[in-house]
Amino acid sequence: MTAALAAAFFRWDWIGSHLDDIQSRLTEHVVLTVVPVAIGFVLAFPLALAAVRWPRLYGPLLGVTGVLFTIPSLALFVLLLPFTGLSRATAVIGLTTYTLLILVRNTVEGINGVPRDVREAAEAMGYTRLRRLLRVELPLAVPVILAGVRIATVTTIGLVTITAVIGQGGLGQLFIDGFIRRFPTPLIVGLVLSIVLAVAADLSLLAAQRWWTPWSRAGN
Amino acid sequence: MITFTGVTKRFRDGTTAVDDLNLEVPAGEVVVLVGPSGCGKTTTLRMVNRMVEPSNGTITVDGRDIMSVPAPQLRRGIGYVIQQVGLFPHRTVAANIATVPALVGWDKARVRARVDELIATVGLPAGVADRYPHQLSGGQRQRVGVARALAVDPPIMLMDEPFGAVDPIVRANLQDEFLRLQAEVRKTIVFVTHDIDEAITMGDRIAIFSQGGVLEQYAAPEQLLADPANAFVADFLGAERGLKRLALIPVSEVTAEPGPVVSPDDDGATAERVARAHGSDWVVVVAPDGRLRGWASLHELEPTTRMGDATVRPFALQVNDTDSLRAALNAMVTSRTGVAVRVDATGVYEGILTQELISKEIL
Repeated sequence: MTAALAAAFFRWDWIGSHLDDIQSRLTEHVVLTVVPVAIGFVLAFPLALAAVRWPRLYGPLLGVTGVLFTIPSLALFVLLLPFTGLSRATAVIGLTTYTLLILVRNTVEGINGVPRDVREAAEAMGYTRLRRLLRVELPLAVPVILAGVRIATVTTIGLVTITAVIGQGGLGQLFIDGFIRRFPTPLIVGLVLSIVLAVAADLSLLAAQRWWTPWSRAGN
Repeated sequence: MITFTGVTKRFRDGTTAVDDLNLEVPAGEVVVLVGPSGCGKTTTLRMVNRMVEPSNGTITVDGRDIMSVPAPQLRRGIGYVIQQVGLFPHRTVAANIATVPALVGWDKARVRARVDELIATVGLPAGVADRYPHQLSGGQRQRVGVARALAVDPPIMLMDEPFGAVDPIVRANLQDEFLRLQAEVRKTIVFVTHDIDEAITMGDRIAIFSQGGVLEQYAAPEQLLADPANAFVADFLGAERGLKRLALIPVSEVTAEPGPVVSPDDDGATAERVARAHGSDWVVVVAPDGRLRGWASLHELEPTTRMGDATVRPFALQVNDTDSLRAALNAMVTSRTGVAVRVDATGVYEGILTQELISKEIL
């Protein structure tokens, strides 16, 4: 009885016959995650450096990126439609805006979180401002900056499921298929894969961070 | 030599941290800036390497105005040690020490040799080179901080409460070792502390500041203790000023009295005569080879007893010429004889010191 119910609910054979489809949805999902996070980082990093250099910029910067962060994703796609249509650009622009708040904030906090005595020692040793940033402040900010990248990546993986609505594929497409056909198997596959993807991305970024910051690993 | 001429620092909020300071730090000496918090001592220190820039006046190092050199370049030639140490947590001990050599472009072999040398100089075990700062004890971190400041052998060192964050025993060790090191390297050092005892221990000269950055007195520690310029200085030096001064004067500055000396071959009657002539009720027993045996009380002597057979008690504390008068005073108050006995390094008796002798010396 339970087996029969489970069989009706989830059909393994569907996976076997749709491997190609699942794989291309997954690839689209990864691309739609990596591209916005990468663009987001490229935009957020200089903005964050400017906010560290001129602290007065920081408040307004948080304000603007914060407002962008609060716009519901579907609404944002709709807002973008007149300009970019049902295109990949719409998806990428939308997803990028959501990464900015976290990436700017973590980069600024990471740099500002460098202990005062360390910063002062660097200055007193005769580091120029640029060299101090590159050799002391940024290396020490890496854990906090990468923590931001992790959060941005994981939230983006979640958000990408929405882009199927504007026809840009991703694992969200499997949700829609399952939903329209009242057939749960693709929906479950999509759900499981997006969770696995999020966890895998988080763990590999954590591994990268630990590799990058050997000093935080050394025990006593 | 570092020279401050008419140096004033006013902060943007209107407070005056340093007020018209004129001060000369002679080459090869340790000058300690001391005073209560808010007296501008740290600001004064930080103006030397332009971490703070003066509002008025000039600071010269060996005759050259520090404002004529770009700040990073100036700083690479001035060692800097702070209380929180400020080691780079992401770099090993070796890389921390190599900071300034790397900035000024030494080649790798030279840097490595210098790092090894410095690790030994500041008394760290060789094994620490590849460790990270958080793996060290507070005292070890402080030593790395000193090694890092000494890396390119700068003629000038700025030290802001460098031993303030370690426990008193480690601090005393670090102070001793630092003074021993300084006797070799002879750096020109500006040293900030709020602890007058540390100032007296470390300083060739002491500059006492009061609130608002006013220099109240600038003198050698002994002179400061002997002759404070005003009530503020006297107050800051504390109630035990006399004792602190005694700690700076070696026993060799005072001529010891011969004292009531007998030999082990003398008898009790002789001992009594010697003691009475000296005005005491005890005698010092000294062997024919000059070595101190101890002291004996008249109350325990028979006129016919040979001193060699009498009860002779050792002096619990003895002083020699390198001890301080404070140590001598301590010996006096802990001995029933009320005097400090002075011997040479081999235990040969040299005489006794009394409170009157010490009072005569310091008054």
